[in-house]
Amino acid sequence: MGFSRYVEVGRVVFINHGPDAGKIATVIDIVDQNKCLVDGPEEITGVKRQVISYKKVSLTDLKVTIQRNARAKTLKAAWAESDTLAKWEGSSWAKKLEAKKKRSSLSDFDRFKVMVAKKQKSRIIAQKIKELKA
Amino acid sequence: MTAAGLMRQYQVVGRKAATEENPNPEAYRMVIFAPNAVAAKSKFWYFMRQFRKMKKTTGEILDCVEIVEKNSRIVKNYGIWLRYDSRSGTHNMYREYRDLRLTGAVSQLYNEMAGRHRCRPRSIQIIRTATLGASELKRPNGMQFAQGGVKFPLPHRVDTAKRGQKALSDRTFSTVRPTTYFG
Repeated sequence: MGFSRYVEVGRVVFINHGPDAGKIATVIDIVDQNKCLVDGPEEITGVKRQVISYKKVSLTDLKVTIQRNARAKTLKAAWAESDTLAKWEGSSWAKKLEAKKKRSSLSDFDRFKVMVAKKQKSRIIAQKIKELKA
Repeated sequence: MTAAGLMRQYQVVGRKAATEENPNPEAYRMVIFAPNAVAAKSKFWYFMRQFRKMKKTTGEILDCVEIVEKNSRIVKNYGIWLRYDSRSGTHNMYREYRDLRLTGAVSQLYNEMAGRHRCRPRSIQIIRTATLGASELKRPNGMQFAQGGVKFPLPHRVDTAKRGQKALSDRTFSTVRPTTYFG
């Protein structure tokens, strides 16, 4: 198994611990073996420029082309050019997170409705399969 | 002195209290790393009485201001010269750190000295600090991160998204080993 996700300048990371948990950010520079400097950009993802530990981030497949120590402005332009936010939102990782978030926000009645809808769906599928088999 | 959290940098100015014989004694300025202004002033008198015949009871502090890093936007290389007392003697040392701020590098230093040498903050004296260019670095660990095009994977990790959750699953025991490869 080779590696495809690296800690490098321009790598987009998903933050999964701390006050910015659930947001994504871009690696701007590497501090040392334990931490890197990231910037959202703040206007797009809401993550301020900060040093963050690798323990708090997960690497994503996305990468933007930027210089080391890029300013917020150039970073924002690089994101806009490569359409990174749309790429992230289109990824199955982001979709799963979104679904999870939606699930946890459901009320008891909502969960009941999901159960009913699921039953109806499987009923239709079962019917169709029956027709195809016959 | 303790090193509680992030160390700060202070400029402390003090002198002997003015007397009738000497109405205008010489003032001394010192840059000191301390967790707060109170500790900085205390450190000032500690060093001052080693260098000159001066002490707190017959002296006065003229000024104590915090020095804030001008550009804390980019990562810099810091070289720190220090002297510390180990259990068996006094040593001089030179260390390098990468950080956004000098105070951050100094905090790293205190933590590392505690970890590697079991050295308490009271037995560390910072002699000199410098901001270094990538070519001026002497220590290989700092060098490898200071150069351009640094690239490395994060191998064998535990999914940090599970942090704060009960172990890696909601059960005490599992028959499945956790994934440690994330590409």
